[in-house]
Amino acid sequence: MALVAGTAPSAQTAPRGRRPIWCLAAGIVAGLVVLPVLALGSEAIGGSLGLWSHLAGTILPAALADTLLLLLGVGLIAGFLGVTLAWLVTAHDFPGRGILEWALLLPLAVPTYIVAYAYLDILHPIGAFQGAVRWILGYSSPREFRLPDIRSLAGCVLLLSLVLYPYVYLTTRAMFLSQSANLLDAARTLGTPRRRLFRRVALPLARPAIAVGVSLTLMEALNDIGASEFLGVRTLTVSIYTTWVTKNDLAGATQIALLLLAIVVALVSFERWARRRQGYVSGSRGRTMQPERHDGLKGIGLCALGVLPVVFGFVVPAVYLAAEAWKRWRFAGLSDRLVGEAVDTLLYAGGATLLTLVLGVVAAFALRLSPGWTGPLIYRLATTGYAMPGTVVAIGVLLVVAPFDRLVDGAARDWFGVSTGLLLIGSGTALIYAYVVRFLAITAGSADAGLARVPKSLDDAARTLGRSAGGTLCAVHLPLTRASLAAGALLVFVDCIKELPATLLLRPLNMETFATHLYGEAARGTYEEASLAALAIVLIGILPVIVLSRVGRNPSS
Amino acid sequence: MPALPALEVLSLARRFGDTAAVRNLDLAVGSGEIVSLVGHSGCGKSSLLRLIAGVDTPDAGCIRIDGEEVAGPNRFVEPERRRIGFVFQDYALFPHLTVGSNIRFGLKTVPKSEAGKRVRDMLERVGLAAHADRYPHELSGGEQQRVALARALAPAPRLLLMDEPFSNLDRALREGVRRKTLSLIRQFGITAIIVSHDPEEALSSGDRVVLMQAGEIVQAGSAYDLYDRPSSPYAAEFFAACNRVPGRVRNAHVDTALGAFPAPHGLDDGDDALALIRPTGIDVVADGGDGEVMARELMGEIETIRVRLPGLAEPLTIRSTRRLPAGIRRVGVSIAPGAAMIFPVRPC
Repeated sequence: MALVAGTAPSAQTAPRGRRPIWCLAAGIVAGLVVLPVLALGSEAIGGSLGLWSHLAGTILPAALADTLLLLLGVGLIAGFLGVTLAWLVTAHDFPGRGILEWALLLPLAVPTYIVAYAYLDILHPIGAFQGAVRWILGYSSPREFRLPDIRSLAGCVLLLSLVLYPYVYLTTRAMFLSQSANLLDAARTLGTPRRRLFRRVALPLARPAIAVGVSLTLMEALNDIGASEFLGVRTLTVSIYTTWVTKNDLAGATQIALLLLAIVVALVSFERWARRRQGYVSGSRGRTMQPERHDGLKGIGLCALGVLPVVFGFVVPAVYLAAEAWKRWRFAGLSDRLVGEAVDTLLYAGGATLLTLVLGVVAAFALRLSPGWTGPLIYRLATTGYAMPGTVVAIGVLLVVAPFDRLVDGAARDWFGVSTGLLLIGSGTALIYAYVVRFLAITAGSADAGLARVPKSLDDAARTLGRSAGGTLCAVHLPLTRASLAAGALLVFVDCIKELPATLLLRPLNMETFATHLYGEAARGTYEEASLAALAIVLIGILPVIVLSRVGRNPSS
Repeated sequence: MPALPALEVLSLARRFGDTAAVRNLDLAVGSGEIVSLVGHSGCGKSSLLRLIAGVDTPDAGCIRIDGEEVAGPNRFVEPERRRIGFVFQDYALFPHLTVGSNIRFGLKTVPKSEAGKRVRDMLERVGLAAHADRYPHELSGGEQQRVALARALAPAPRLLLMDEPFSNLDRALREGVRRKTLSLIRQFGITAIIVSHDPEEALSSGDRVVLMQAGEIVQAGSAYDLYDRPSSPYAAEFFAACNRVPGRVRNAHVDTALGAFPAPHGLDDGDDALALIRPTGIDVVADGGDGEVMARELMGEIETIRVRLPGLAEPLTIRSTRRLPAGIRRVGVSIAPGAAMIFPVRPC
């Protein structure tokens, strides 16, 4: 058949890899994200194995037990709160429901370390709340009456649940809203009373969404360093920090980080498994459930019930912070130090957001261009950081960056007789790198979601009209996905500002963000300017809540 | 056909997983020719168009435009350098750009004043001069189709490809839009391939009709060739459902329940054969016969009559302009001369 060479195409040469540049670029992005994890793995394998037994005998058992108990408690309480509240606002209609629907998201604006910081002071034995209780009950000193200490595992579980339940609420409510009313009506014609619909139909159908919400909640709980530390709970995350910073033992910290990573992998697998089963439910469309209307006392009661989590998860800490910040402001105004921190916080967050946005678009665009197996694989790798706790990312980044810094410094000394010091760490590049690794999934995801709404024929049209792949991106895709990209960028920006664990470990010397400043003061037990920083973080944190409050609603209606 | 074809496709192949969308396909299109590419959905006609445009890559084979190889074993020209106009089934108008900007999109390399002139000229020609500043969603389906055509033609492409350009239009509109589109293409004198799944549309909109099935070309030729002299039962039945009458060859004739028809070359005595007769190729005779009227359906000008004949497993479908008396039970049938298309039956 192929006797004449050159005329009959051979099988190997036929399908050429097209758009190699985009795939290559996305591959580099994915490599940058995966590198810290690989470094972590090789360090743990190469590191002194004897250390394992040392760790296993000392801090590990307690830290592991505390971590697992924390996850269990937060999973149960936040899961219960999220599901109940989601059902409350979708199946029932009462005065104030419209406001409550988005107000229930407000606790998301309060990072875990801030809610702990606030309640630590509010509930202090000689603080405002317990003082008031004693005054009402007629006791005169804390010795005669005090509430159980909030600085405990139970307190930590409670506070984390109060600000993390919105993840469950968000995913579950979206699922309830997308459930076809026909299913519920069918159940009723088959003899299910209205009050049993939740148990028999809605809840089983929403199970995948609940699982996704709970796993997101648990990832956040695992990521937390501030709340656990302030409340005296020695989780794995806290242990990593102390092992590294206090004991200066990087190898030990690395090994704990690996253990943490194993828990994350389990969580992610759980989430994937849950998402896989989502297919059979999300297919149904059509008329959505008609909520049952309650007026009068019952309506007000339901509203009050729904408002409670908002009050404890958002209003109380926010009002406390506002009051403290006001006092501080009256007392000392804005210090130069705080202004400097504001500039640093915004600069780092802004720079990281820009970079994350660009790299996320590259990853999502490469996925669109190569739908075979390379694009999805690269995309999957590039977005692995979303589940990794900040401490794990920080240690991974450090393992990648520190040898590089040493190499550059050594070379500069040898050739020029100058020391560059720790180039990447000292300049803050390492911190930005960690932000990108951790948050790339957000921008890549929103870019991908935006691109999915652009018909493929527009790409082909632009190509046949003389534009290259990159030209098409600029002339067609970017203008059409603007809103989606902006929402993703906003989320990343706010997340960078709120980020504590990685910032704590990787920030250059003498650089403070709002979050690290707050951490420092709370860890020392001083309450000076931290309230201002905390209030600023909470106010900025409200921005994405506005974006998120639209999620799950039918965009057309 | 001139010496150099405008488009040459040689043993082209493209697979998607287990299915071959295009297999070992050869096609040549002369300069200025309008080819109507037709087949059922999934036959590979759109895949072929995408391969020619360069928005998809072939697994094997080669494509030449004006003699220049644009896809082959060692060469792949990106779509933006092929100078091909493409009209997409959904028109693919850029929703964020006005009509004028959509048409200007492909004129990036043309000097500004010249581009503006060309946009106005194209809008004039498709009768949308007043709509330059509108957005695509503000236009009707027919107007959008014209914008898509104007946009594809504005950069003066070497070849125009249209993927089901009329399928998104109302039936009532389609006819008029199709005629205007064809006359515009002829004005430009551009070589064009128009893909369609509609048999009537395909027959009436090209110089040459190419019928595809399962990634291969079944038959190519003039509309008359394909309709009157189909090369296979598939080709015959693609354009209109036929009555299938089995028969056997004897004395150079095919004996069937409807009588004997001359056997074409290549059929020997004793061979099984199949006669395909279109419903319009048979007529009913009112004055008695051995045909039993099973059903009648008046469509207006014509009437569809189902007649069962002894010796035939299936009733015949007949479309006649003759009006039968009401309540008639028995009729005779007559076959128009040359109406029977004879095909050999391959033993399986």
